[in-house]
Amino acid sequence: MSAFTQAFAADRTPPLLKRGATAAFAAGAVTAVAMSPASYLHTTVARMLPLALLAVSVAVVTGHAGLPTLGQVAPYAVGAYLTARLALTGIDLAAVHLLTAAIGGAVVAGLIGTVLVRYRGTVFLMLSLAVAEVTAITAGQWRAVSGGTDGLAGIPAPRLLPGLPPLHGDRTVLLYAATIAVAATFVAVWLLRGDRRMLLTAARTNEDRARASGHLVYANLWMVHTAAGGLAGIAGALLIHTHRWITPADVGFGVAALALLAVVIGGARSLIGAAVGAVIVLIVRDIVAVEVPGHAPLLLGTLFVIGVYLLPGGLTALPTRLRRQLSAGPHSAPPAPANASVRRTS
Amino acid sequence: MHVDTLAVTVVDGVAYGLLLAIAAAGLTVAFGAGGVLNLAHGVLIAAGGYIAATTTAGTWASLVAATVLATVAGAAGGGALAAATAALRGRGHLDQALLTFGIALIGGNLLTTIFGSDVLRPRMPAALEGTVMVAGYRYPVDRLAVLAVAVLVAAVGYVVLHRSRAGRLIRATVDDRAMVAGIGVNPRTVDAAVLVTSGALAGLAGALATPILGVGPGTADTTLLLSLIIVVCGGLGSVPGAVTAAIGVGVVQTVGVVTVPTAAPYLLIAAMTVTLVARRPTVPNGAAS
Repeated sequence: MSAFTQAFAADRTPPLLKRGATAAFAAGAVTAVAMSPASYLHTTVARMLPLALLAVSVAVVTGHAGLPTLGQVAPYAVGAYLTARLALTGIDLAAVHLLTAAIGGAVVAGLIGTVLVRYRGTVFLMLSLAVAEVTAITAGQWRAVSGGTDGLAGIPAPRLLPGLPPLHGDRTVLLYAATIAVAATFVAVWLLRGDRRMLLTAARTNEDRARASGHLVYANLWMVHTAAGGLAGIAGALLIHTHRWITPADVGFGVAALALLAVVIGGARSLIGAAVGAVIVLIVRDIVAVEVPGHAPLLLGTLFVIGVYLLPGGLTALPTRLRRQLSAGPHSAPPAPANASVRRTS
Repeated sequence: MHVDTLAVTVVDGVAYGLLLAIAAAGLTVAFGAGGVLNLAHGVLIAAGGYIAATTTAGTWASLVAATVLATVAGAAGGGALAAATAALRGRGHLDQALLTFGIALIGGNLLTTIFGSDVLRPRMPAALEGTVMVAGYRYPVDRLAVLAVAVLVAAVGYVVLHRSRAGRLIRATVDDRAMVAGIGVNPRTVDAAVLVTSGALAGLAGALATPILGVGPGTADTTLLLSLIIVVCGGLGSVPGAVTAAIGVGVVQTVGVVTVPTAAPYLLIAAMTVTLVARRPTVPNGAAS
């Protein structure tokens, strides 16, 4: 019983003040980057934001619904290709792009979710891997939409309002993308508060019990999966708005794995942690790895190993772990489950 | 397509399937017994392939040396993975899977750094380079030799798994870990042994596959994906299931590419999804963390 209440206590929604501080920090970080004169910095950071938002979407499914997923690249791809196609046919309003991408992503995630939310654990992971593979294969083969493996380039920049100039400047694109990414993340955090958060925690920690209490577990998980698809769709639209080109590799298994890594580093249940994790992963891949050409996978793999070994619970769990160790001394770490070695694994 | 050509393609598919079965058998047992979803399996296969491609020098002695070396290297890799994942006991399957994924990224990059990014092929003894007439068809000798070795390995594997004490312990661990612990055998020792054996089989499969497929930067990912599909289709932890699924995958791959080239990439994913969805009640739910 105490373990049950502890699980709820640990999952308590962060107080408003804390959330406000995080928002202020995010705004401050973006402003600091935007103030700097280096325009390559603007572009680099702006291009990190789509993956950060995708990681937030993965964190919703993996951390809150408890379903480790590689499949969020499917709604991400749908959002991206819808946006690219709209822009190429001359519809360049950013709001139209974002709305279409969100709806498209939610529809696709909803369809996939009808099958996937019935599975748990490794089987879910494998099915979501199949989804990621099918996404990449389709993006490579459906030439009429995706331009095949060459991809689509020269996609026109979006406009905020009819009559306004298109979003071209590096700083403008950064501020626009940051606004959308931060706003979408906070909407997701806000939607996952209170009773809904409790319900997902209950379904995750003891599904039978949640079901026995009369909660519709499948329906709830499906709703979360679908909404996360909408979020991934918006991330896909941002991908086009910040990069203005797309190839099937941008929506492939590699991207899905990066997003999952970001969630592991950030801490599965923290959406903001996932976004920060994505930025760390991309700094390693796009900035640090430039120093050692051809060894980006080596650095990412090392990051994976370090993340898994040293950060159980991710960055967001770090302060609590440190505090507990400091107050309790080095020898009183919580004991591992005694029967772990002989427990049935299925 | 001519019926006889189809028959030859099917034989190709079965040979390919047996290779995949050798690769996937270890993976499925490692998952079934210890719950380790080893995503670094493909890298061990690729390592075996690279060792075979660079050690062979056109002589029989070098061919044997290459095969043995690839198997030993695979076993060593499996041992390293066993040590790495053992440290994460009690942290759930997802953490172990992610750890092996990180190791796979590192290993794959090291292999490309050492062996370059070209597709390598082994130099086989002259006797294996030609073709023979089988039932009125020209068939490459090296492929027949690989088929023979694959059948031999599968047969030996079957006997070991079903007739020896070690094999029985492994199967018992898949079925009921607590019972194995109850008869005085540490299930963790079995886990480690399974990962080492699984690595050895992966290295061997890599060495056997190179004469047919070559080995390159894409080998690790392709073989891992195929092995995972086989493991999932065959039922997590079931060796006979994996062998059946592997032969199915081999045939679907080779025949599919020849008959319906555009749909071929989807066939396997579709097969896996259908299998998973159809077999829902009996699929073991490896609860991730």
